[in-house]
Amino acid sequence: MNFQKITLVTFGYFENDFLQKLIKKIHTEFFINVQLKEGHLDLSDFYEPNRRQYDANKLLHHFEKEYATDDSKTICLINVDLFIPIFTYIFGQAFLGGRSGIASIYRLNNERYGIEADTNLLLERFAKEIIHELGHTFGLIHCQITDCVMRSGTYVEDIDQKNISFCSKCRENLMLQQNNK
Amino acid sequence: MNKKISILIVDDEDSVRDSLYNWFIEDGYHVECAENAKVALFKIESAYFDIILVDIKMPGMDGMELLRRIKSLKNESIIIVMTAFATVDTAVQALKDGAFDYITKPFDPDDLSHLIRNASKQILLSHENEILKDRIVKLENVEDIIGNSEAMKKVLHQVESVSQSNSSVIITGESGTGKELIAKAIHSNSLRKYFPLVSVHCGALTESLLESELFGHEKGAFTGAMYNRKGRFEMADNGTIFLDEIATVSTKMQVELLRVLETKTFIRVGGNKEISSDFRVICATNRNLKQMVEEGSFREDLYYRLNVVTINVPPLRERIDDIPLLTEYFIKKYCISMNKPPIPIEISAIKRLEEFDFPGNIRELENMIERAIVIGNGKKITLKDLPLEKNTFHSSVESLYEQEKIHILQILNKYDWNISSSAKALQVDRATLYNKIKKYDLKSSDKKIKEGK
Repeated sequence: MNFQKITLVTFGYFENDFLQKLIKKIHTEFFINVQLKEGHLDLSDFYEPNRRQYDANKLLHHFEKEYATDDSKTICLINVDLFIPIFTYIFGQAFLGGRSGIASIYRLNNERYGIEADTNLLLERFAKEIIHELGHTFGLIHCQITDCVMRSGTYVEDIDQKNISFCSKCRENLMLQQNNK
Repeated sequence: MNKKISILIVDDEDSVRDSLYNWFIEDGYHVECAENAKVALFKIESAYFDIILVDIKMPGMDGMELLRRIKSLKNESIIIVMTAFATVDTAVQALKDGAFDYITKPFDPDDLSHLIRNASKQILLSHENEILKDRIVKLENVEDIIGNSEAMKKVLHQVESVSQSNSSVIITGESGTGKELIAKAIHSNSLRKYFPLVSVHCGALTESLLESELFGHEKGAFTGAMYNRKGRFEMADNGTIFLDEIATVSTKMQVELLRVLETKTFIRVGGNKEISSDFRVICATNRNLKQMVEEGSFREDLYYRLNVVTINVPPLRERIDDIPLLTEYFIKKYCISMNKPPIPIEISAIKRLEEFDFPGNIRELENMIERAIVIGNGKKITLKDLPLEKNTFHSSVESLYEQEKIHILQILNKYDWNISSSAKALQVDRATLYNKIKKYDLKSSDKKIKEGK
């Protein structure tokens, strides 16, 4: 497979300015062309009424089937609450060393926690989440370095604590993976 | 660390297995899945997993039964049970049956991460524990006894043959020959090796102290006996008691010892309850016990009770062949403890060590090497670093010719082959010293003759 680009597919409403800033941040990390696509989906098929959340596993498999391509790493951006059966919620997930992933902005917004909205912080958090999932698609596993973007995070505070970039070891692995592809 | 840890997920629900699989893979673990208990057991029998995550509610054999089966296989894996139907009873039962922890589905991602991190720490600790245990076993083994000489081979052969029995052993030998090491070797190769080896230095204690030390005492038995205290015989239950310097034990204590050895029971000082203990006795002495028996200072019956097997550890002067090996061993030991790179030793120094009498035996050699490493230049151990002067008149060297040769060489080495200084020390003139050097064909190992003042 020869990955030449990163594709962000949006589901639901995202402001254009917000998306452009997102693209810029992602491009800075990967130095690959980042393109934007708009996706359409009836989310009710993925809704779990008992949990009032959306099944991330089902969504990921759907996206992989419908949107993933061999020449791109595709991340689907969504603004609903995601879960997987074992966890109460997740921010996103991806196929390790695969072609696609999913990232949700739902739990990244300050307002959800009763704090004043902060668009810049939201942008930073979402960019970190997308870069993290993209890292997985490039075969990177969770990192123990506190400020590496590949560090596993459970709460938004965890996301805030880490940097938007890879640590030197993950960067090295990423470059190796990119060169191999 | 994560990469080495393997996890088996046992759950009948595909979505749970897949989710956990992806989660752990992203964390860098080695992960396998089983859809039921039968498949899980098959996998557990064919491969080892560090952590097994088991769902309690499964069709067929449930998680609790699987947990019990895994434990019955003497499997050391850490088992975490998970269920969507949490009750205190099942949690308690799971823990009673040997589960490491219990988690309720769906779990907070952080809870799972913490759980796995704790389990990983536990695994790491038990690995460390095993490594340390191995090291201890190695330390207790005969590898600690250095020597290839025939005399030591004979001793080690005796150690091997007596270690498997329960017979009493007397280890004889001069001071500093390593009698305690031999006792440790016997114990660590015996069936009692997992129980304590309790050492008592009889010579260091007064009669009353020895009594209280060996048999223990009850609270208030004497002034200062504020608590009940176990004696060494009691501590050595199932293990071995090593009585060093047995010849120093008083006649009264000899009677007490004999009684304990015969009945394997005793009463604590100030107590009235008989305590029994299963121990093996190893004694050591640098005295001739048989002669003491003849002289009447050691009880004959106790001597025969103890003297089932006697191992005589030879003095260092009778195992000259071992001196290079022992020297090398001590250099290595002290260089490591002083955080220094290994220091070589001059061949001439080794030769002189081999000629030395060593009245203090291995302990003296060890101290000598330690001192040489401390005071030496750190590059090479030379003759002048070794305090050998006083003893070079080797008892085995009887001829005046040899004695003179050795003495002159020693002085030359001491003064770094400075002829003027050496001649002054020998109270001869320089010409005489040159003649002697020529006569005895003396050569400096690495130095040129110096003509300084």
